[in-house]
Amino acid sequence: MAVCIAVIAKENYPLYIRSIPTENELKFHYTVHTSLDVVDEKISAMGKALVDQRELYLGLLYPTEDYKVYGYVTNSKVKFVMVVDSSNTALRDNEIRSMFRKLHNSYTDVMCNPFYNPGDCIHSRAFDNMVTSMMMQVC
Amino acid sequence: MDPGPGGAAAGGAGLLLPLSDTEQQRYSELFSLCCSPAPEGGSAPAPAAGGSKVGDLFRASQLPADTLHQITELCGAKRVGYFGPAQFYVALKLIAAAQSGLPVRIESIKSELPLPRFMALKNDIEMRYGNVAEIHGVKFQLPHPTLEKNSFKRSDEGDKKQETKSPPMSPMCSPPASPSNYQRIPLSYGYGKSRSGLEQPHGVSYEARHSTHQQDGPATGNYGSKSALVHSSLSRSLSVEREPQDSSNYPDDPWRITEEQREYYINQFKSLQPDLNSFISGSVAKNFFTKSKLPIPELSHIWELSDVDCDGALTLPEFCAAFHLIVARKNGYPLPDTLPETLLPDYLQQASFKPKRDCTLLDSYSESLPVSQQTRDFNRTETSVEEMPDKSALTQDANSDDNQALNISTTAKTIPKDFKPSQHLSVKTVVQESNTLKARPRSRSYSSTSIEDAMKKGEEPPMPPPRPQKSHSRASSLDLNKIFQQNTQAVKSGWLPPPPALPPRPFVSQQGPHHVTNTEPVAQAKSSYVEFRLKEQTEQVSEMELHPQMNRAPSQTEESSPTRKEILLTQPPSKPIRRKFRSENQMLENQELTPTSSVTSSLPAVKPHLPAQNRQSSKQKRAIQTAIRKNKEANAVLARLNSELQQQLKEVHKERIALETQLEQLRPVTVL
Repeated sequence: MAVCIAVIAKENYPLYIRSIPTENELKFHYTVHTSLDVVDEKISAMGKALVDQRELYLGLLYPTEDYKVYGYVTNSKVKFVMVVDSSNTALRDNEIRSMFRKLHNSYTDVMCNPFYNPGDCIHSRAFDNMVTSMMMQVC
Repeated sequence: MDPGPGGAAAGGAGLLLPLSDTEQQRYSELFSLCCSPAPEGGSAPAPAAGGSKVGDLFRASQLPADTLHQITELCGAKRVGYFGPAQFYVALKLIAAAQSGLPVRIESIKSELPLPRFMALKNDIEMRYGNVAEIHGVKFQLPHPTLEKNSFKRSDEGDKKQETKSPPMSPMCSPPASPSNYQRIPLSYGYGKSRSGLEQPHGVSYEARHSTHQQDGPATGNYGSKSALVHSSLSRSLSVEREPQDSSNYPDDPWRITEEQREYYINQFKSLQPDLNSFISGSVAKNFFTKSKLPIPELSHIWELSDVDCDGALTLPEFCAAFHLIVARKNGYPLPDTLPETLLPDYLQQASFKPKRDCTLLDSYSESLPVSQQTRDFNRTETSVEEMPDKSALTQDANSDDNQALNISTTAKTIPKDFKPSQHLSVKTVVQESNTLKARPRSRSYSSTSIEDAMKKGEEPPMPPPRPQKSHSRASSLDLNKIFQQNTQAVKSGWLPPPPALPPRPFVSQQGPHHVTNTEPVAQAKSSYVEFRLKEQTEQVSEMELHPQMNRAPSQTEESSPTRKEILLTQPPSKPIRRKFRSENQMLENQELTPTSSVTSSLPAVKPHLPAQNRQSSKQKRAIQTAIRKNKEANAVLARLNSELQQQLKEVHKERIALETQLEQLRPVTVL
């Protein structure tokens, strides 16, 4: 299950981060932070290649014994990082991709709001609801 | 049954109910109130209070419904099926008991109790039996004619930002034609509250002054909690009542947009964007809504709610919904988490056709009111709003600012109000059509950003393939030029220009090393050519002329085509080479031609060339070998070029595929 979902801005500060179990939030924050290095590495590796949908999804960034971290980057270098519990082996790559796509859609909706300044933290209720549904659903 | 004072014999209950004098008076008044306007009071057919009126009266007591049920049961009305005076009196007594906090029992009413309190029945003086007949849905007889006039004016302030706020009153107002006074009283009470700022600075003082409205504590309290919400919007309730067929069906819904509100919103929309079919962009809307001085997170939430298609722009129904939410928020309503059904764009689209029915009412509305009154009223409300005590946490000054800002627009709006209903329909139909036509793809934002990015990434366009024209032109020009040169040089005869016959190349530009060696043969070739021509001319064998030409021509074309192909691909760098090639080829051609000519023609003129050729054959062999070498080099160059171009082609293909997949994926993505 998705235990933590984070949206990181281009400058690598978090726009939105939320975890399910309220304990160990700090641990997830740390995990997301360290995964940013891997994300950057993958982005730079892509280099001059065309950034298309396939490459927006970065895939498994790194697994640990408890959980796996997946990454996704948008064209504007906004990164989505998802931490998934390893015990849930039923999660397939496609599902992760679809979850990222939903995240991207919701993020775009947030962007469309003229009262949202890019770079602000995301307070949109619709976004929150979507993330909650994802966390709950994947549970 | 005898509605006598002590009688109060509750039906078959055999209950003796002592009523005090005041109680008796009150109850009799109430009873006659609830009865038909022509009370027969005490005559043989026992007058019964109208059930609906009794129900309204009971509801006015603000007791919970089940209590009222209990009361009706206890008083025996259910048993006898009607509210006779006895039942009525018992019921009233029970109401009084319930309001005092006593349990609803027959026993409780045996004691002396305060008079039952009904929300609106504050004063006996207000029981205007005489005015009952005058009450209809439109006009209200109020104790103060000024109040009445104000009420008319107030109700016409539909242009202001007001919400449909009538929950405390609508249950009582629902039968609009009811003659019962207590129905009016809440309205006038409401007037009192709303007009508190209008007439006097303080709502409370106004109520005190308004002697006919002697509101008691709890009732005041009831209204007091809502006064903040109602401070400038009570006329909305009036309009609710005055247009019963419009809104009496939805009495309690603050999320429903009334027609006047809708008109106002539409005008605001027009002020931002004259085309009603089009959208208001996000930035424009942001500036506009920021003027409402709501905090940005709330505005953000309102936007989220109202922009249902999430495209960053507002259509007319979306704009109306957003505006309505802002109005509601300013009036103290908490923002909902989801858009209420009545604010959905689809619903608003359908609702936009409603004014057809009500336009007549609006007509009567507007015509009955002089414009000057309205403007005066607006000014007054403006000041009143400012003076209004700030009962809510909202920024009232902001509201007044808005009102001032809106004043101009609203006053301007009132003048053509008469025309409005007719405009209504056209506007609404236009809006309807626009919204049905609206089909913005969701991926609009996607496409604008990502495709641009992709375009930038795939920027360097591949080198265009070298144009083939030069060879053609060159060939043609060469041919023609040479032909014409030949013609100019040689004897201009009946030389047929069209066949691109072998033109003697400008052998002047022959390559250097071969120049010396070639000049002679070239010259000889040329001369032979010339002589050949001459011979032809002399002999006037046009067929022979043609034949060799034709022979030459196909060979020439055959050779020129491969050379052309070479030229095609190696255009710029190979010009000099081409010349050489051409010259080589020319030479070859010449040499071939001359043999052919020698073969085909039986002209004696050709023959003398043969011995010359034998001498040159060795040189020609060398020339041929060098030509072969050069050709091979050219081949290598061309092959390299070919491979490079192939690679470029592949890359372009890849880019194209990537773009196509990207485009596909960026099309409206079905969210899983």
